[in-house]
Amino acid sequence: MTDQRTSPPGPATAPLARRNPVAKLGAALLFTLPLVVTLDPVTPAIALAVELIALPFFGVRPSVLARRVWPLLIAAFGVLVSMVLFAAERTGDLLFAAGPLDVTTGVLASATGLILRIFAVALPGIVVFTTTDPTDLADALVQNARAPERFAIGALAAFRLLPLLGQEWRMLGLARRARGIDTGRNPAVFASTAFALLVGALRRGVRLAVAMDARGFDSGLPRTHARVQRLTRADLALLGICALVPAGILALTIALGQFRPIIG
Amino acid sequence: MSDVQLRGFGWRHAGRRAWAVRGLDLRIRHGERVLLLGPSGAGKSTLLAALAGLLPEDSGEAEGTVEIDGLDPRKARDRVGILFQDPQTQLVMARSGDDVAFGLENRGVPRAEIWPRVTEALASVGFPYRPDRPTAALSGGEAQRLALAGVIALRPGLLLLDEPTANLDPAGAALIRDAVARATGPDTTLIVVEHRVADALPLVDRVVVIHPGGGVRADGPPEAIFAAHGDELAEEGVWVPGLPAAPRTASDQEPTAELVRAEHAAVPDRLPATSLSVRAGEVLAVTGPNGAGKSTLALLLGGLLAPGGGRVSGFGDRRPPHRWRARTLTQRIGSVFQNPEHQFVTGRVADELALGPRRLRKPPAEVRQIVDELLHRLRLEKLAGANPYTLSGGEARRLSVATALATAPRMLVLDEPTFGQDRRTWRELVTLLGALRDEGHGVVAVTHDADFVRTAADRTLTIGAP
Repeated sequence: MTDQRTSPPGPATAPLARRNPVAKLGAALLFTLPLVVTLDPVTPAIALAVELIALPFFGVRPSVLARRVWPLLIAAFGVLVSMVLFAAERTGDLLFAAGPLDVTTGVLASATGLILRIFAVALPGIVVFTTTDPTDLADALVQNARAPERFAIGALAAFRLLPLLGQEWRMLGLARRARGIDTGRNPAVFASTAFALLVGALRRGVRLAVAMDARGFDSGLPRTHARVQRLTRADLALLGICALVPAGILALTIALGQFRPIIG
Repeated sequence: MSDVQLRGFGWRHAGRRAWAVRGLDLRIRHGERVLLLGPSGAGKSTLLAALAGLLPEDSGEAEGTVEIDGLDPRKARDRVGILFQDPQTQLVMARSGDDVAFGLENRGVPRAEIWPRVTEALASVGFPYRPDRPTAALSGGEAQRLALAGVIALRPGLLLLDEPTANLDPAGAALIRDAVARATGPDTTLIVVEHRVADALPLVDRVVVIHPGGGVRADGPPEAIFAAHGDELAEEGVWVPGLPAAPRTASDQEPTAELVRAEHAAVPDRLPATSLSVRAGEVLAVTGPNGAGKSTLALLLGGLLAPGGGRVSGFGDRRPPHRWRARTLTQRIGSVFQNPEHQFVTGRVADELALGPRRLRKPPAEVRQIVDELLHRLRLEKLAGANPYTLSGGEARRLSVATALATAPRMLVLDEPTFGQDRRTWRELVTLLGALRDEGHGVVAVTHDADFVRTAADRTLTIGAP
């Protein structure tokens, strides 16, 4: 029943999925940050192409990826609609006019650029979190990135309680119907249910914190680590490549004369 | 191996007027196994928290001394292990073995020693899976055994058990008791707080009764304590072994009209097709192992959930109960949830009772009359102004039953109504349900309390039996 939630969503043997979680996270940041300095559609298009080529090396199943990417499609549609409605610059050739709105090639190019940027920036993050076990991430943050243990392990413990909130919310809704309150439309009922959920979540959080301290989490001794996370040469190579590739992409964009810096 | 010494110990939580425990003088020696008894609110859990070093100095006021091997408990934390009631809020990690390793990491145990100790601890509690088993996939009993392994792996000299089986069905509870017996050697000092005394007795050789007003009331071998104080303790709500729970409240008349009927009602993955009828003037007990779908059946009969297959119908209505308006539903079927707090929506006990009748637009005088009657009937008068979230377990249960009765439904559906209740509340509930049945109500109770079935049920339906 719950197995599917905790099983890795792709073959964990894929060469890039196996990399150190901190290295993967760093690589995603290095790769995507340079993309936001330019407004042209060419840079994100090339970056997205590179990302799609790298995808098989992360071993993410397309069905899993599709499930996590679909919220982006909504964002993309929102961008398209708002650009068509509100874009200030309507340069380029007129394609068609919808009432008072002139839809021009310039408007569509800007919209395409934005949508490509959304995908190019979000995809690496999605792939990293899809191929990374939360426990491994917390271990690597502590061991390789010197994150505070109380933060990393505490967040991990809280993460484990999240699915309980969903169950709790459903039970609270049913209990309110049993008390004669039709749920759904009424914002006051929503607020009182949310409050009850919060009270329950706080109590559980306190109980968990006490149980963790009872097992010495607050002992102040230096913790040892049962599981090892190491930064290997392959991890460093991944970081290096992810720093160089976007530089290359930007150079290419400049060479093509498409570069439109965000400042200036 | 640990030695406990209390001298005039007392603790008052910050912001409270009353002392949670007071005037305790007690010595517990190496390897002794003690059952700590006392009525609800006697401060048993506070005492365990103090022994576990979990009462920070600034969280209240202390009196007297408490020492473990001559040390302040806050400095002796590495010698003490504590197991709480709810496994869900004790597990930290996503994988079982990692969770046992968590405490060892905190104590700075070298990595080479961690995994052999994890394996050993898992074996000693009879954990049936490999260490990479996701903790989210464990049943309540399995999760609690894992939590015990996490405590045992630290090799505590003093092991404290704070009602560790209260959330489990009888089979799961028995497994925990076996695991405790197996995993604790003669070198472990054991202090147990447990509602169901008979279940804890095989684990202990000494009983200490603490007085709600303060001090130790009785201390000695179990047989001697129960011979001398058994009746008194039972009166206060302690489940004294050997005393019958309550006389049977059998019905003296035939059940009358059918109120609700389920025909092959099913919910995918939660409840296999089940048929039954609920009749007025009858207490129907639904039993079955954990995971059989008992709670789901209660939701179906209570008109709170749509069946995935088959049908549920009743009260001569063409529409199924889950399609009724909420205010129609509360006049026909009242539901009492396993966790009373799920049902509370106001900040005062009296408002909680008035809510249902007010939503039916009853005149204020009538609402007041209903509230007063229920407060009296369920012994809640003194709590009329209290916040429902601050009630004790027994009080919260009585209030949740009262709220369901406030709209005068003909049928009552209860999910584990006697769960974790002391003997006194238990008897009150059984008597109340019998009286409601005699007044012509139909009562359905989902339960795995064998005493309840024996005492209160007119008819029993077992579901999901293997």
